[in-house]
Amino acid sequence: MATEAAHDEGSSLVFHPMDQFMVKPLFGDGPVHWYTITNVTFWMAITVLGVLALLVLTTSKRATVPSRGQSMAELSYGFIYKMIEDVTGKDGLKYFPYVMTLFMFIVFSNMLGLLPLSFTTTSHIAVTAVLALLVFGFVTILGFVKHGTHFLGLFWVTAAPLPLRPVLAVIELISYFVRPVSHSIRLAGNMMAGHAVIKVFAGFAAIAAVSPVSVIAITAMYGLEVMVAFIQAYVFTILTCVYLKDALHPAH
Amino acid sequence: MATETHTAEGQGLADATGIAGDHAGASAAGMPQLDLSHFPNQIFWLLVTLVVIYLVLSRIALPRIGAVLAERAGTITNDIAAAEDLKQKAVEAEDAYNKALADARAEANRIVAETKASIQADLDEAIAKADAEIAAKAAESEKAIADIRAGALESVQIVAKDTAAAIVSALGFEPKAEQIDGAVDSRVKG
Repeated sequence: MATEAAHDEGSSLVFHPMDQFMVKPLFGDGPVHWYTITNVTFWMAITVLGVLALLVLTTSKRATVPSRGQSMAELSYGFIYKMIEDVTGKDGLKYFPYVMTLFMFIVFSNMLGLLPLSFTTTSHIAVTAVLALLVFGFVTILGFVKHGTHFLGLFWVTAAPLPLRPVLAVIELISYFVRPVSHSIRLAGNMMAGHAVIKVFAGFAAIAAVSPVSVIAITAMYGLEVMVAFIQAYVFTILTCVYLKDALHPAH
Repeated sequence: MATETHTAEGQGLADATGIAGDHAGASAAGMPQLDLSHFPNQIFWLLVTLVVIYLVLSRIALPRIGAVLAERAGTITNDIAAAEDLKQKAVEAEDAYNKALADARAEANRIVAETKASIQADLDEAIAKADAEIAAKAAESEKAIADIRAGALESVQIVAKDTAAAIVSALGFEPKAEQIDGAVDSRVKG
């Protein structure tokens, strides 16, 4: 789409909707090794600082009557704590720190990605795939450690008639292995699409005639993206809880 | 840039990933997300970030927030218990007050009744005494009146006899005492 638009309008209108996703070294212009400090490093560091500011700095007073910041920290804590308790039950609370880590990382990355000129780490499939595979691997290992071969009962639907069970087992097995794929692509796709669309609208703003429409569209999209940023973090986390529940209670 | 982008896009994803190792400019043509040469970098820094966040959360933030919430819940529970206690005490105090009030009222009633009784006794005694005195006085007076009446009757007879004697003598007869007495007596009685 970018190239088509560029050809139609000539050199006056240039779209680079994907440039914002480029991984670049933060210092100099050398190759990107695995250890190179890049804009990924920079924005992930800001994410860490944001999480620290919200959850550590605000709670340093341990006030019984909380300040605004501490209230927000407590709300985040209660939000995820309740989510795990509701979805997995009491025995899932042992894994609260892992789930909280995922949620805080994703929600901060998504929100920070909405800052102009920022880099959205969660728009990269490399990042979300690792997050999803961590969840997938953790949940699968946990299931086998907790229940041994009984964990395979997850795929053997005893509620269904016997002839149907092998068929359902295949479907269940496929859906189980598709989980990390959908889990990661959902988050990265949502993040990437919204940011790219905003960039495309921003490109149109260069034409005087449509620039008001473009600016309004950017504003509307931005509002939508703020919502999406939070909802996708929420969705990722609640799906993690659902998978965790399957590992803890594999019976259908 | 535009033409370069155009050609790169035609070759699609395989090309973008294929030449990704060379330099970032070519991969910018497709999706930077699919540039495999940047994966190790992102994954490495992601893992570092996750480990840092996890350590901070599990060692500092979450226990602290959990402790604050537990402490608050404890404080609230204690406060509610204390309030319940105070309420109980208030109810007890009110009961004691009501009981004291009732006692005082009963005591007051008893004193009033006692006083009334003693006053009544005094009054009865005084009335009886006064009645007795009145009766005595009345009897005395009756006697005096009877005496006076008797005296008066006697005087009337004497006066009548004297008057009769005077009248008889005025008429030129010798008054005879026996006849006059008899006549007066029979008239007075008459």
